[in-house]
Amino acid sequence: MTAPSLLARSAAEVASDIAAGRLAPHAALDASLAAMDRVDAGPGGLNAVLCSDVVGARAELAALSLTPQLLLSGIPIAVKDNIATLTMPTTCGSRILAGYVSPFEATVIARMRAAGAVIPMKTNMDEFAMGSSTENSAYGPTRHPMDHTRVPGGSSGGSAAVVAAGVTRIALGSETGGSVRQPAAFCGIVGVKPTYGRVSRHGLVAFASSLDQVGVFGTTVDDAALGMQVIAGVDPLDSTTVDVPVADYRAARDVAGAQPLSGVVVGRPVEYFPESLDPRMRALLDRAADHLRALGAEIRDVSLPHTSLAIPVYYIVAPAEASSNLARFDGVRYGVRVEGDGLRGMYEATRSQGFGAEVTRRILLGTYVLSAGYYDAYYKRAMAVRRLIADDFSKVFSSGVHVLLTPTTPTTAFVAGSRSDPYEMYMSDIFTATANLAGVPAMSQPIGRMDGLPVGGQLLASHFDEATMFRVAYALERALGAEAHT
Amino acid sequence: MAVSEEDVRHVAALARLGLGDDRVQSLVGELNGILGHMEVLQQVDVGGASLDPDATHGMRMREDVPNPIVLHRAREEFAPSMRDGFFLVPRLSTHGSTDSADDEGEG
Repeated sequence: MTAPSLLARSAAEVASDIAAGRLAPHAALDASLAAMDRVDAGPGGLNAVLCSDVVGARAELAALSLTPQLLLSGIPIAVKDNIATLTMPTTCGSRILAGYVSPFEATVIARMRAAGAVIPMKTNMDEFAMGSSTENSAYGPTRHPMDHTRVPGGSSGGSAAVVAAGVTRIALGSETGGSVRQPAAFCGIVGVKPTYGRVSRHGLVAFASSLDQVGVFGTTVDDAALGMQVIAGVDPLDSTTVDVPVADYRAARDVAGAQPLSGVVVGRPVEYFPESLDPRMRALLDRAADHLRALGAEIRDVSLPHTSLAIPVYYIVAPAEASSNLARFDGVRYGVRVEGDGLRGMYEATRSQGFGAEVTRRILLGTYVLSAGYYDAYYKRAMAVRRLIADDFSKVFSSGVHVLLTPTTPTTAFVAGSRSDPYEMYMSDIFTATANLAGVPAMSQPIGRMDGLPVGGQLLASHFDEATMFRVAYALERALGAEAHT
Repeated sequence: MAVSEEDVRHVAALARLGLGDDRVQSLVGELNGILGHMEVLQQVDVGGASLDPDATHGMRMREDVPNPIVLHRAREEFAPSMRDGFFLVPRLSTHGSTDSADDEGEG
């Protein structure tokens, strides 16, 4: 079997064949590494991979006892560079962590490896996950796999690009305001943000702790569901994880019949379909809704009245938390140190030379909104409005709606360098940040194209009901078929 | 609530960020531009919504004891500077230097 045809098959199928001995244990890894060499390096490459560990991945694979019980036998997983790994650096796309190799590994990495996966590469990202385009990396921007003049989205743009380019079927990213779903939409793949508390953040470098979650990219819904199945669940090393049973996210993958969504109510929040929405994007969402209706779902217009406040709230809360979390990067215990005049001079030299422009801007913004005299007006106010945003979701889901259908992003992938105004860039997250603020699960999947570029449709569900979200996603993916990519 | 140069220098000092004069001036404009979009929050009727973040709401609490994490490599391998098991930092400027050949540690 040749490498390209192997990468065209689902991760579950390939893992099953490897575990059963129908494929060599290293078959998927070899195909992935060959694809990485083909698309990533050099002036014309994607610059999606920051580091690879071919020798380590092969050695780890050789030591594995692959069995059918292992869901990811021999499957290579690309990992965003803010998730701690033992054999490769974890730089967060920042100069301040150049060359830093973590002395412990993230729980999600341990769970992937325990399921038979190997981790051969770390992927590029906006520095400390602050960005929506993967242009803010200290190691250069990542390019969109379909159009190198455009961005892949961000901040997990490297992981999205490698999956879209066929390097791996599954990748890990992180979400604070849409950093998995937005690049998934831009790149025409599936991206999932779980419920806050569903997946351990132990080993995820903290950006905004009340918002951060590890997310999963997949070429298809089943690839993403498989990845999420492996990493979900309570972790004693992360007190924010919740001990709610993990359902079988892949239960709906083979559901057939004319009305597989009978009894499911899909809400369309009017605030996510503003007058300014491109009519072609609106038409693709209408087509998706028509498919869901034909599958037996009831489509119901609903309202989430505080949606427009999500970006102002997010860009107070997230920088405030970041200003605290990033205080740890001071040149003392790990990372880069730049000498200065005395202790304070060392702190200032290290941080000013170690952080890029966007990270600096957000630390200052966060410090400002938390400082005496402004705390009540900004941070406290934002937290109250955040509660209203979360209440919007609670009211809709308690009214009998099971999932919500919205566009993932207001536009398709934009041209690199075209958004110099910070707030204009922040508005890329307008349809995604609400899920992080409310803590609900959400995912993006391809629903068609505009001008040849992918458009993502977003599904959101109530807390810990990822299973229903995946059920609808499987059905929609099957109904759309080739339309999802045309 | 416009941000001034003095505000930027103040929060930069709080955040231990060294900024040149040019950067301070550009940040005044950038921060005012961003915060201008936040003013809409002042108009929102927050009604009964809690104004106090409740850190314990729905949180699983554990005993207040260290949860040791196994380190797979020694601190010396990733720390910028160590001696005798301690992280070394430059002397505090208020303490002066008694040894020009070794201005780290014991500050």
